[in-house]
Amino acid sequence: MTRHALATIGRATFLAVVLGFFSLPLLWLASAPFDAHPSITTSLPEFTFGNFRSLLDNPYVMSSLRNSLLQAAGSAALVVVLAALAAYALSRVRVPGRDALLYVLLLLSSVVTGTAAMVPLFELATRLNLIDTHLGVILTLSGGLLPAAIFILKDFMDGTPTSYEESARVFGASSLQILRHIVIPLVRPGLATIAVWAVANVWGSFLQPFILLRDPDKAPGAVILYTLYTEGGAPRLDLISTFSLLYSLPVVVMYVFVSRRYGFRFHGGIKR
Amino acid sequence: MSQADPSGLGRARAVGFVLPGLVLIGVFLIFPALWTIYLGLTDYRLTGLAAADPQVVGVDNYTTALGDERFRNSLWLTLQYVLGSAVVGQAVLGFAIAWVLRNRPGPVKRITEGLVLLAWILPSSVIAFLWIALLDRDDGTLNALLHTPGFAWLLDYPMPSIIVFNVWRGTAFSMMLYGAALENVPPSHLETARLAGASTFQQLRDVVFPRIKGHVLTNLLLISLWTFNDFTSFQLTAGGPEGRSEILPVYIYNVALSGGRLGFGAAISFLVLLINLVFAFVYLRLLRDRRKVVVP
Repeated sequence: MTRHALATIGRATFLAVVLGFFSLPLLWLASAPFDAHPSITTSLPEFTFGNFRSLLDNPYVMSSLRNSLLQAAGSAALVVVLAALAAYALSRVRVPGRDALLYVLLLLSSVVTGTAAMVPLFELATRLNLIDTHLGVILTLSGGLLPAAIFILKDFMDGTPTSYEESARVFGASSLQILRHIVIPLVRPGLATIAVWAVANVWGSFLQPFILLRDPDKAPGAVILYTLYTEGGAPRLDLISTFSLLYSLPVVVMYVFVSRRYGFRFHGGIKR
Repeated sequence: MSQADPSGLGRARAVGFVLPGLVLIGVFLIFPALWTIYLGLTDYRLTGLAAADPQVVGVDNYTTALGDERFRNSLWLTLQYVLGSAVVGQAVLGFAIAWVLRNRPGPVKRITEGLVLLAWILPSSVIAFLWIALLDRDDGTLNALLHTPGFAWLLDYPMPSIIVFNVWRGTAFSMMLYGAALENVPPSHLETARLAGASTFQQLRDVVFPRIKGHVLTNLLLISLWTFNDFTSFQLTAGGPEGRSEILPVYIYNVALSGGRLGFGAAISFLVLLINLVFAFVYLRLLRDRRKVVVP
C-alpha cells in the first residue's frame, strides 16, 4: 500500500513539474498582448484591447495572415496528396533499395532545407521565375516536407491489413478506388497528423519565405513579425506580443479541431 | 507475385504513384543538394571578385575546415546539443510523460498533452520571443520568479539554455510517438509482470522495451536529425557569446551568409550531410538487427 501511495505522489509531483515547465514560457503570450505598457516581464496587465487596434493599423498585418494561410494550405494539400500516393505504393510494392532510398531522402530533407541550400534554392527559384510568388514558397517547402511525410505515412500504411484490398480487387475495384475508399479511411489519423504537421511547419517557417519573397505584400506572418520594430531599432513589444498571439491562434484552433475530429495520434489502422 | 503484391497495384502503377512526389523532391531537394556539393569545391563568395567568377579550388575548403578551431568547437557543441536535448532530453522526458499518462483519460492528461503540444506547434518566431521574455537579464520572468535579478542566462549559460529550450520545444513528438507505441503493449502482460512482483524498471526493461524497440529507434533517428540541423536557437543566442553556442547550422549561417564565404559554407554543409549519414547508417543497422529477431 505504501508503495502505491509513493507511486501516486511521485506521479503527481512529476506531472506538476512538467506542467510548470511547459506553461512558464507561455505566460507572457497570455498577459503581454492585453497590457497597456507591456514589458518583457510577465505581470498582471493593465488591461486593454488597444494593442489589437494599433496592430490592425499596420498595413501588412492582415495581408500577412492571408499569405500564411495560402502558403500553409497549399503546401499541406500538396504534401498530403503526393505523400499518400507515394507511401501507399512504397508500402505495397517491393522495390529494391526502397528503405535505403527513403532514409537518404529523409536525411537530405533535414539537411538541405536548412541554411545549407539557401544559395542554390534562391538561384533555382530565380531561374524558374518563382521569386516573389506563393507557388515558389509552396513548392520549396513541400519538397522539404515530403520525405518525412512519406516516411511517417508509410509506417501507417504498413500497419493496415491488405486483406480488404485483396477482396476489393477481386470485385474489380481499380487501384485509385481502393486507395480512396479503403486505404485512405484506414489511415485517416495519419493523414490528419501529416496535414497538421505540414501546416504548423509552413506557418512557422521563416527562412524560405524570407529569401524567396521580396514584396512585403506577399510575406507571411512569420516574416512580418520581425519587421515590428521602432525606427530606432527597439522591438515594439505591444505589437510583437499581440501579433504573436494572433499568429499562434490559427494553429492552436486547427490542432484542437483535428484532434477532436480524427484523434491526433501516431497509430494507423483498425483499432484492436 | 501476389504474395509480394497483395493489393494488386503492379509495378507500373506503383511507379506512377511515386513519381509526382519524387519529381518535386528531385527538383527542390536533391538538385540543390548536388549544387551545394559543387559549390563546396569552389571559392564562391557573396561579393567581390570570386562572386562574379568563382574558381574551383578542389578540397581546399575541407582541409581549411578540418584545421579550423572554430569548426571543431562547433562540431563538439552540436554533439552536446543533440545528445543533451534530443537523445536524453526529448526522448526520456517524452517517454516519461507518455508512460505516466498511459491509460489515464481525463482532464490532467488532456491539459498536460495540450501544453506539451502547444510548445511544439507554435510558430518558431513566436517561440523565440517567448524564451527571450522568459530568460531576459533585466526583466525576465525566470529571474523574477527565482529572485535573481540581473542573472544573464543566455550570456553565462548559453549551451544549457538552448538545450533546455530545445527540450521544451520538441518533447511533444517523442511523447506522442511513445504514447502510440505504448498502446501496442498488451495491458495483460504488464499486469502479469506486476503480479509477479516486477518493479517498474523491470517491467519497462522486460515487457515494454522489447515491444517498442522499433519506435524508439525511429524516434531517436528523427529527433537527432531534426536537432542536428535546427536553426531556431539562432533566434535566441545567434551562436554567441563568443561562439559558445555556435552549433553547426548557426556556424554555417555565420560563415556563409554573414561572412559571405558561400563556397566554404557549402563545404561545411556537405560535412554535416556526411555526419548525418553516419548517424542514419548506425540506426539503420540497429533497426535491421531488430527485424531479423522479429521475423525469423
